[in-house]
Amino acid sequence: MEGSVQEKIINTLKERYGEEILHIETPYDFLTVTLKKEKIAEIIRYLYENADTRFQYLTSIGAVHYPELNQIAIVYQLHNLIANERLRLKIYLPSDNAVTDSITSIFLGANWMERETYDFYGVNFKGHPNLKRILNVDEMIIFPMRKEYPLEDQTREDKNDAMFGR
Amino acid sequence: MNMDESLIGQVPAEEKQYSYLNLGPTHPATHGIFQNVLKMDGEIIVEAEPTIGYIHRAFEKLAERRPYAQITPITDRLNYCSAPINNLGWHMTVEKLLGTEIPKRVQYLRVIIMELARITDHLVCNAVIGVDTGALTGFVYLFQQRELVYEIYEEICGARLTTNIGRIGGFERDFSPKAWKKIHQFLKEFPVILKEFENLLKRNRIFMDRTIRVGGISAERALSYSFSGPNLRATGVDYDVRVATPYCSYEDFDFIIPVGTNGDVYDRFMVRQEEMWQSLSIIKQAIDKLPDGPFHAKVPEFYLPPKEEVYNNMEALIYHFKIVMGETDIPKGEVYHCVEGGNGELGFYLISDGGRTPFRLQFRRPCFIYYQAYPEIIKGSMLSDAILTMSSMNVIAGELDA
Repeated sequence: MEGSVQEKIINTLKERYGEEILHIETPYDFLTVTLKKEKIAEIIRYLYENADTRFQYLTSIGAVHYPELNQIAIVYQLHNLIANERLRLKIYLPSDNAVTDSITSIFLGANWMERETYDFYGVNFKGHPNLKRILNVDEMIIFPMRKEYPLEDQTREDKNDAMFGR
Repeated sequence: MNMDESLIGQVPAEEKQYSYLNLGPTHPATHGIFQNVLKMDGEIIVEAEPTIGYIHRAFEKLAERRPYAQITPITDRLNYCSAPINNLGWHMTVEKLLGTEIPKRVQYLRVIIMELARITDHLVCNAVIGVDTGALTGFVYLFQQRELVYEIYEEICGARLTTNIGRIGGFERDFSPKAWKKIHQFLKEFPVILKEFENLLKRNRIFMDRTIRVGGISAERALSYSFSGPNLRATGVDYDVRVATPYCSYEDFDFIIPVGTNGDVYDRFMVRQEEMWQSLSIIKQAIDKLPDGPFHAKVPEFYLPPKEEVYNNMEALIYHFKIVMGETDIPKGEVYHCVEGGNGELGFYLISDGGRTPFRLQFRRPCFIYYQAYPEIIKGSMLSDAILTMSSMNVIAGELDA
């Protein structure tokens, strides 16, 4: 039963953007589609407006850093509240030039989600109205969630190891 | 500040003077630590610029360094008013990754704990809405009831606020007779107090004048902002994760989802009030239908064996060592699990690469997502309405910043 609904979503996506799809899988019953990074905003708008898919609720935007592949994956999770279907879209961006289109024109809720992804991974969202750091201090120069940065901030001079005990 | 550009061309002939009010990070009326710089035209708010991140503790980075059982204490500190929901949500995520079958008794006990936590969360929010309109008495009465729930948690897991309740696979021990006695006492005493509190405010002329048509948002804007939980249900959309994707045997229980109409402060208050009544009903149903059985699943790789076995049995000793040192084998996978937290859809997106710690753990925090609508909601309202809107949206700083 779910298989046919998921197939319908995949077919709707394939008939217009078939060449953008790189990989489809369903880990733990969650349809996950890996796409090429160029047309992601268009595809999300298409899935928003199309009557067969209607993914009009944005659950979350997150990023994952793969240091061995030198890539940052952006994971969009969408939800169709009426038919109760979920979809995960993934794109892979190169770590040294992580730029993609913003989807704030489609979902207002993407505003802070993209700011958080910028703050922690350094992903630049083109077309975002206010892309600046949100949770970290404005003066921070690194993107802390990237794997090369350790858990503790190495640039702090005020923590004395003799006092704080390692 | 860059806010003035948007007003060029709209300023009338005589120069309009705006004042900037810093509803600063530490303020008795903002429940939590977040700042709003308000641009005000007299008493009316023209624009607001929020700044958050004062209580950011780098949970997502921290989670990449800790074995799975050690992540539970940090999930406590997300929405600290209803910590058990966060804990159990995390345990359910790991159990989904492992594919374990959880016994029915564990699921029903988890439902009881989660609904108690939901009641405490809504108690805080509604009491604080009362306080912000000047009704301080209700706050004091409801917090006395919250003490009873703290005592229940203390019987079960040993802690009051940051509970770290349960384990991956179930509970540390079955609920003791003393815990059951406290739960029954709560179920007897609480409805009386809740009714008294409701009668204080529900049809109170002053309260209704201050809260109806204040801080409202339409259902379309709320959906576009990815609202969830009571704030979304107050606008009229009946999306509840417990019903949409039932987890932990919620499909066995009979409860209604209250919805509002305008999405204003009064609707949010009434939705939370009704949800508390529904939670009480769910707890009673769970206690009536509670099946017998083990209080934990058979996951020896994650669930600490009993101490007697550790001292006598070699296998149990090795499991104990591996669990405490965090050297268990985790399957690779990518899983997303969401629970209905006090504020909405609390999601855990976990990517495991087979190592002892998660490769990536993202918390989908409902508070963070709906707080971005706050500047839009308060635009054009007065300062006192802005304070009331903030407290009715139940913004909890721990969940905002993680």
